Amino acid sequence: MSERRKFDFRKQHFVGEEGKLIPLLQRAQETDGYLSRQRIEEIHRQSGIPLAQIYGVATFYAQFRFSPVGKNLVRVCHGTACHVSGAKEITQAMESELGIATGETTADGLFTLEMVSCLGCCSLAPVIMVNSTTHGNLSEKEVRKILKTYRAAGAGEVQ
Amino acid sequence: MEVLVGLGTCGIAAGAEHTFRALESKLGGDGPRFALSKTGCIGMCYREPLVEIRHDDGIRYQYGGVSADRVDRLVAEHLGEGRVIEDWLVWSDDGRGSERAYFTNQTRIVLRNCGKINPEAFEDYLAAGGYQALQKVLAAGDPEGLIATITDSGLRGRGGAGFLTGMKWRFTRLAAGSRKFVICNADEGDPGAFMDRSVLESDPHAVLEGMAIAAFAIGAREGYIYVRAEYPKAIERLNIAIAQAEARGFLGDRILGTDFGLHIKLKEGAGAFVCGEETALIGSIEGKRGMPRVRPPFPAVKGLWDCPTSINNVETFANVPWIVLNGAAAFAAMGTANSKGTKVFAMAGKVVRGGLVEVPMGISIREIVFEVCGGIKDGKKFKAVQMGGPSGGCIPAELQNTVIDYESINKTGAIMGSGGLVVMDETTCMVDVARFFLDFTQRESCGKCTFCRVGTKRMLEVLTRITEGKGKEGDIELLEQLASLVKNTSLCGLGQTAPNPVLTTLKYFRSEYEAHIINRKCPAHRCQALLSYTINAKCTGCTVCARVCPTKCISGEVKKPHVIDQSKCIHCGECHKACRFAAIAVD
Repeated sequence: MSERRKFDFRKQHFVGEEGKLIPLLQRAQETDGYLSRQRIEEIHRQSGIPLAQIYGVATFYAQFRFSPVGKNLVRVCHGTACHVSGAKEITQAMESELGIATGETTADGLFTLEMVSCLGCCSLAPVIMVNSTTHGNLSEKEVRKILKTYRAAGAGEVQ
Repeated sequence: MEVLVGLGTCGIAAGAEHTFRALESKLGGDGPRFALSKTGCIGMCYREPLVEIRHDDGIRYQYGGVSADRVDRLVAEHLGEGRVIEDWLVWSDDGRGSERAYFTNQTRIVLRNCGKINPEAFEDYLAAGGYQALQKVLAAGDPEGLIATITDSGLRGRGGAGFLTGMKWRFTRLAAGSRKFVICNADEGDPGAFMDRSVLESDPHAVLEGMAIAAFAIGAREGYIYVRAEYPKAIERLNIAIAQAEARGFLGDRILGTDFGLHIKLKEGAGAFVCGEETALIGSIEGKRGMPRVRPPFPAVKGLWDCPTSINNVETFANVPWIVLNGAAAFAAMGTANSKGTKVFAMAGKVVRGGLVEVPMGISIREIVFEVCGGIKDGKKFKAVQMGGPSGGCIPAELQNTVIDYESINKTGAIMGSGGLVVMDETTCMVDVARFFLDFTQRESCGKCTFCRVGTKRMLEVLTRITEGKGKEGDIELLEQLASLVKNTSLCGLGQTAPNPVLTTLKYFRSEYEAHIINRKCPAHRCQALLSYTINAKCTGCTVCARVCPTKCISGEVKKPHVIDQSKCIHCGECHKACRFAAIAVD
């Protein structure tokens, strides 16, 4: 309940401004980790934007999620440079290490594995991003090692 | 002495923050005295983390591969004893270092400050001549003359299409309406391209200054920067830069005491490639689904909230202050008849020196790959370069003398694009590359035009079955037919160019498609389903392969050659990876 209180859209900078919907959804996802039905209805009530329109916009953009994510969000880059440098092999190694497919979250809620189109670190290909830390020049062995350090730490940033 | 650490995203990924902290711990200790600061990306991504030591007399020494554990030696030897560590030196002002060729072959206009100044220090940008162009423009008070200068310089949009920037500004200026917008397109979505990220991270004020000059030219008072949410560092530094410029009167109301004012807001993209298309980008800023609309009317006439809008790319804006200060003629002196100035390329893939390079237009692909970037990694054979991302195409090694120029690149079937240049060697399968790009465009199609939505999906299915060894006779013709339909019936650039990767690989590497379909072979040994593994005479009978095989289809006695049961083999390649005697042949 306290979390709900903290999130008041009327205090958000973007309310009342043109083009506010996407920033509103972005802030909501930043707070909750995903867009819950409840939160979307709240945005609808406070902004007056029709629900259908909110869902139309939210489902259009790859950034928005509709289910909770694990404590560590692992994004595997599948850009051109990463593709030719072995992104597929790295993905397979991570899927087998975590026991999930891309797009899923581990049963212990520690990891969510996602693929992204390009992280823009092409010279360090293949690259992954865990939370907001980028790891580059990876091999199958190294990604397994990285996942182990995050698993040991539980959550948060690991250097 | 001053020590600078390159802290762009690439540097950070390579461990530059650890290096920075290790250097920080040396400050104020018993050792040598020095000042420590951050800088952006100098472009040499392949040698990150990079540390520059600047002597008091201005001579600079750049070291590469300075991980945190090398800091002790660097501080003791160079800073303490004044001895240059030749093994790590990549480049210096006094002509030393292993990577001199990387810089001597470049001409840096857009990247003029990248890796030299601290992107978070306003004074650094001013000291490098920053905001002088804006002052000059405001003092002259002649928007028409300014537009003429930009037009005369021959600057063309660096986002890919190559429209003359001066013309775009003129149309927006002439359009009726009192409220106008200037937008910076920083939605760099091409996989394999990171030029804009580097410029925003390393020299954000150059982009802001370019935008302010554009706003003055077209009569806009409001501006947006539409930047990818995947670039957190760029967003952070842009926010800092905007606040600094506003506090010092270079942005906001009454800039530098004149009547001209400009407010810039940052909009974070939400992960849709199609939003790089200008009308889709406008829709996204308006809070809608980012779907392109019919042009005309062009944004210059009817753009954001139906107001005249000029949308330019990051690199285009970064060129503007230089042109204003140095004159149109100096810019037009570089390049070819129709393509002036320089172009920044993001070099990636199988190339020795991967990173950002800025070269004059008119240089050949061969010169970029071999002279500037040191050729192909691991002594492999150069096969092709992919230019222009999912909208571009593959240019084969035979055409490596093609010069960088909008028209020459178009002739090959590729496009200049935003500047991603991915180098491919003999181990890259061209059918797989085409499939990779179609997979991308198929996912990113907004769904508005039927042929883009459904046609790309069908093309992807055909390409997938070819790479899986299920290709049929007639598939190549089917791909060609679909390609022309998708090209001709799509509204925006995404659909019109989506078939390019397939068409160019078909044009230059048709035999590879045929090998997949007719002979059921992948010449580059990339398509798993088409590979066959056999054990040759080099086998020592060490049993490693038999133990790693997931389907247990390898048999044999210890110390005697083993055999693979082809009927059970799933082509996973685990045995090939595990073998220490090169006894497993792949075909």
